Amino acid sequence: MKITSYRRDPAKEFSFTPENAIKAKAFIARYPEGRQASAVISLLYLAQAQNGGWVSPAAVEHVAEVLDMAPIRVHEVSTFYTMFNLKPAGKHLIQVCRTTPCWLRGAAELTRACQEKLGVGFKEVTGDGEFSIMEVECLGACANAPMVQINDDYYEDLTPERLCEIIDDLRAGKEVPIGPQSGRTCSAPEGGPATLKDVPDPAGKGA
Amino acid sequence: MLQDKDRIFTNLYGLHDWGLKGARQRGVWDGTKKLLELGRDGIVQQIKDSQLRGRGGAGFPAGLKWSFMPKENDGRPHYLVVNADESEPGSCKDREILRNDPHRLLEGCLVAGFAMGAEACYIYIRGEYVLESQRLEAAIEQANEAGLLGKDACGSGWPYHIHVHRGAGAYICGEETALLESMEGKKGQPRLKPPFPAAMGLYGCPTTVTNVETIAVSPEILRRGADWWAALGRPNNTGTKIFSISGHVETPCNVEEVMGIPMRELIEKHAGGVRGGWDNLLAVIPGGSSVPCLPRPTCGSVLMDFDSLREVKSGLGTAAVIVMDKSTDIVAAIANLSHFYMHESCGQCTPCREGTGWMWRVMERLVRGDANIEDIDALLEVTYEVEGHTICALGDAAAWPIQGLIRHFRPEVEKRILDAKKRGQVAAE
Amino acid sequence: MPKLTIDGQEIVVENGMTVLQACEQAGVEIPRFCYHERLSVAGNCRMCLVEMERSPKPVASCAMPAGEGMVIRTDTPLVKKARKGVMEFLLINHPLDCPICDQGGECDLQDQAMAYGFDRSRFEENKRAVKEKYMGPLIKTIMTRCIHCTRCVRFATEIAGVEEIGALGRGEHLEISTLEHAVNSELSGNLVDVCPVGALTSRPYAFTARPWELRKTYSVDVLDAVGANIRVDTRGREVMRVLPRLHEDVNEDWLADKSRYACDGLSRQRLDRPYLRRGGKLQEASWDEAFGATRARLDGLSGDKIAALAGDQCDAESMLALKDLMAGLKSPNLDCRQDGAKLDPSQRAGYLFNTGIAGIEEADAILLVATNPRWEAPLINARIRKRFLLGGLKVGAIGVPKDLSYPVAQLGTGPQDLAELAAGKGDFAKILSAAERPMIVLGMAGLTRADGAAVLALARQVAEKFKMVREGWNGFNVLHTAAARVAGLDLGFVPGPGGRDTVGILDGAAKGDIEVLYLLGADEIDMSRLGDKAFVIYQGHHGDAGAHRADVILPGAAYTEKNGTYTNTEGRVQLGRLAAFPPGEAREDWTILRALSEVTGTPLPYDNLGELRQRLVAVNPVFAALDTRTPAAWGAFGAAGKGDAAPFGETVGNYYMTDPISRSSETMAKCSAELGLGPQAQATGTHG
Repeated sequence: MKITSYRRDPAKEFSFTPENAIKAKAFIARYPEGRQASAVISLLYLAQAQNGGWVSPAAVEHVAEVLDMAPIRVHEVSTFYTMFNLKPAGKHLIQVCRTTPCWLRGAAELTRACQEKLGVGFKEVTGDGEFSIMEVECLGACANAPMVQINDDYYEDLTPERLCEIIDDLRAGKEVPIGPQSGRTCSAPEGGPATLKDVPDPAGKGA
Repeated sequence: MLQDKDRIFTNLYGLHDWGLKGARQRGVWDGTKKLLELGRDGIVQQIKDSQLRGRGGAGFPAGLKWSFMPKENDGRPHYLVVNADESEPGSCKDREILRNDPHRLLEGCLVAGFAMGAEACYIYIRGEYVLESQRLEAAIEQANEAGLLGKDACGSGWPYHIHVHRGAGAYICGEETALLESMEGKKGQPRLKPPFPAAMGLYGCPTTVTNVETIAVSPEILRRGADWWAALGRPNNTGTKIFSISGHVETPCNVEEVMGIPMRELIEKHAGGVRGGWDNLLAVIPGGSSVPCLPRPTCGSVLMDFDSLREVKSGLGTAAVIVMDKSTDIVAAIANLSHFYMHESCGQCTPCREGTGWMWRVMERLVRGDANIEDIDALLEVTYEVEGHTICALGDAAAWPIQGLIRHFRPEVEKRILDAKKRGQVAAE
Repeated sequence: MPKLTIDGQEIVVENGMTVLQACEQAGVEIPRFCYHERLSVAGNCRMCLVEMERSPKPVASCAMPAGEGMVIRTDTPLVKKARKGVMEFLLINHPLDCPICDQGGECDLQDQAMAYGFDRSRFEENKRAVKEKYMGPLIKTIMTRCIHCTRCVRFATEIAGVEEIGALGRGEHLEISTLEHAVNSELSGNLVDVCPVGALTSRPYAFTARPWELRKTYSVDVLDAVGANIRVDTRGREVMRVLPRLHEDVNEDWLADKSRYACDGLSRQRLDRPYLRRGGKLQEASWDEAFGATRARLDGLSGDKIAALAGDQCDAESMLALKDLMAGLKSPNLDCRQDGAKLDPSQRAGYLFNTGIAGIEEADAILLVATNPRWEAPLINARIRKRFLLGGLKVGAIGVPKDLSYPVAQLGTGPQDLAELAAGKGDFAKILSAAERPMIVLGMAGLTRADGAAVLALARQVAEKFKMVREGWNGFNVLHTAAARVAGLDLGFVPGPGGRDTVGILDGAAKGDIEVLYLLGADEIDMSRLGDKAFVIYQGHHGDAGAHRADVILPGAAYTEKNGTYTNTEGRVQLGRLAAFPPGEAREDWTILRALSEVTGTPLPYDNLGELRQRLVAVNPVFAALDTRTPAAWGAFGAAGKGDAAPFGETVGNYYMTDPISRSSETMAKCSAELGLGPQAQATGTHG
């Protein structure tokens, strides 16, 4: 359940950095004149990133001002969509997909493993501020279940052990390969595709 | 089995270059100008002749849908909006197109948009698909630079711009009018219909919202001809389809196959078969979480297409095949979906807002057996009170999995209740 | 004009009507929660589902346009089942707290549950609880009761024009909320009315009464000059609450917050017995003593040393009685324009809101001069906003810039800017020239100045220049703030030949030329200007400015305590009705004057209200036409002049405190403080 009560701390100010202000303008330019409200999600993403991973009331009000929207309308949006965090999250936000296709292949075990490893419940932040965990609904990578999303990246075909390793590596600042952790490519069947063998590809493997 | 020469998504697995160069080698953007020269009516007619049905779940005839756009421009711009908000549990096919073959989608956007008199196209992509949206943006940039899009798209004289619009985590935005609301900067709450998007869609302008796969296959249909497409599969269920196979199979995967392939063949040929063999199969959800599950006997004979699955009271949906073997707690599996729908209800209309939570709570009790036999019928009754009474189809989608469960697995649900009662009695003694 | 069949009955309806409206026209009742005829269609409650031929699913009748040949059924098992299902869903998470809910007895959910509800619950889970939200001093929220119909969200956004309420979250966690601050609107009380359940209730009225113990009296409001139709709910002698009453041409379904919530001021600071100043101090007195002292002072006094001022909330009857009394005393010194507005009583079209409130909906360009309609007449402002929402309206303003809830082109601040416009200069002149139904609204802030007559003339010039008065259309409008004003002008409560007007009376009192001043509910004058020589009789209901200066106080009745006639700013004559008797020894005002006339030896020629009203009609026949706007002939009014350079001021400095009743209201004081207006802000600014 998302928090909906709104507590504006007058001491907390927020406005876009010059760099983000330019990006915001570019997003607004994607839409016809007068339809700048269409950019609200994009601007909330910018605000969330700039604000350390969550959208504060001050950020809501700034986005409202930039888009000439009523703050309540922006707050409606920030509370409706699950990707906006309304309170601070860890540096690495682990989102475990819990829905049936992942659940059938061990999502609950993933959740348990990383909760035990990190010692936090849902939407709590580890003491060092590095991690927080949340359960999310289907992330649309069902053929690579079970999987988690950590910040922007998908980690697929996971086992609890592999997820714990990933957590260790992230904490250590190491680079972790994203995507399937089982060695396969995208959603090709394990062991290599049985189809698309006759397709010539002069360019060879893609970038 | 579909032959590779008839497969459209030749980079489905991302083994090759997703970019413009690779795409061109795969035949994308090949003679697009000629396709546009078919003219608006010509393109729509070809799509109609191909009997292509929408790949987003409802299976509405694509050519017919495109033809709903006003023929004459009344001063308002026309929009094509591509629904890349892939969120149906089990479904992960559009993702492969978006990240591995984005140009195929872009070419489709141009052709379809042209056929609708659209001047701009927005691709609404679910927010979680970060990498996919970056690929798409990069591909658009490539296409713009190459003159395939922009002021004079493919040298056709038709100005055409494609923009990416990211969502932010809401299954309901896959519903076309919720998607439009979301695009306008509001909460993704479905609109009342009429008016339909073709009359009043994005910003009140004529709009068509179409699934990624539908759009992405259309240039190839035009290139190879409607007859080619129509010859694949069965009448009214033509062409190829990307199937997502997940759950208890040996090798879960996405695969492009012919429409109407037998379910068993699909699972065994492409996904390595059911874990522990076909006899270990308990049930299959054949078209994404919204459609009712099917028990093993039906799975052995049913064909994977719109009409065949409808005949067995299920549906092709997005062709997301979720396989469950006998180790599955089927009640919990469906309860999990009930949680999904509760979580994803937009909250706008009463039956869905209140009903999805109610259904999930009863389902959770049924998982534990903490219920009475009458509760099963009461739950079924609640599903009927939700179904058909809501603004959009999410209410139906929440009701159907439960109806499927009770239709095919009622004895299991009852057994659990009775077992729990027995345990309670033993404990009491 | 589509023809459709509803439950077997063929009916032809107007184009653009919905199936729900068609059903109503056919006399078929359709239950609903989210549908409200003055709000946009949300279609979310699903209570109004009906069966439509060829539709596999039941359709929401509120959102379905009535179409030719439709076959609708509202009485089938399918429909009944659907409604029963929706009702069950609405109730599963609705608390069973009707016994402690203020909506009890007038709750749509309660009523419809009787018709469509199950007799028991099948819901065995826990009910949802929702935190209360803060919406300010007027609205109490118990959000657990909310059924998410979004009427409040739509009202705030559409009618009030303040986007401050939204539906946050989603699914079963959807919550109606503000950003936790008071709703900044003068129409916020209507949120309570539009809420079909007990989620939004009246905070001041909380737990004070049950609807079935209240006596309901239909009356009209006097806290501004709109003449909103109201229902006064009383228990015993106490006014428990004031609610709007439907009048399409005046207030529609709405009521402004002051009119609704200042009623607690009716039981505070009341003058409930006569007082007499003895030894410099006001002391309780009997009616005989008060009348005796008055007669003693009037005895032998020549008429030109006597004067009378009528206040802003006087009924026409008492003003006429006072006028007649003054005639008996041979005084020509009387005025109903206590703010000194330079209105010309001889030209009715020059002091009316000629377009009419409903007429605003036909306007295509509006020029606002020296007025803030949002505070001077919130319901007229709401009507302008309504017109704006229809599209194609241009509004320009000269005066203090304000957020009026619709876009306004600021054209200037003072009479010079008006003169420029009258000369046809500027872009807005082009808009006015091109408009088919242009109108001007002139506020009191333009007329209460020394150059008020020149401003009035300029406004007339503008109206004439841009042909605002044409066949079938009169776009010249004066926006009054005093409920008594138009009636006062209509019945001639203005200086007689050689008589003094308000300024003259005040100056005369200060100089000693006026020895006796009769204030009939007049509290908005600067009492310090009276000096200390004059003998002041104050007749009224509240211990406000007038009573403080008075030498004799005659306790009268507030608007809810008497039967009286009021004429609103558009010239519409309406009747206020007695809902409760005046407190203590206070009396209905005209009877006080009638009794006093006996004492002064100039008895008034009427012994009952009927006779007085006959006299009223004899004075001016407009009073005979109840609830009608009698069109006024166009003529010349105002006085030529350039007007001085000073910008226009504001008529209303603090919306929540403008008169003795609202100044006595604790609720209004809270609103005032909440919105940072300050409790001491001067009510009526006659500066400028």
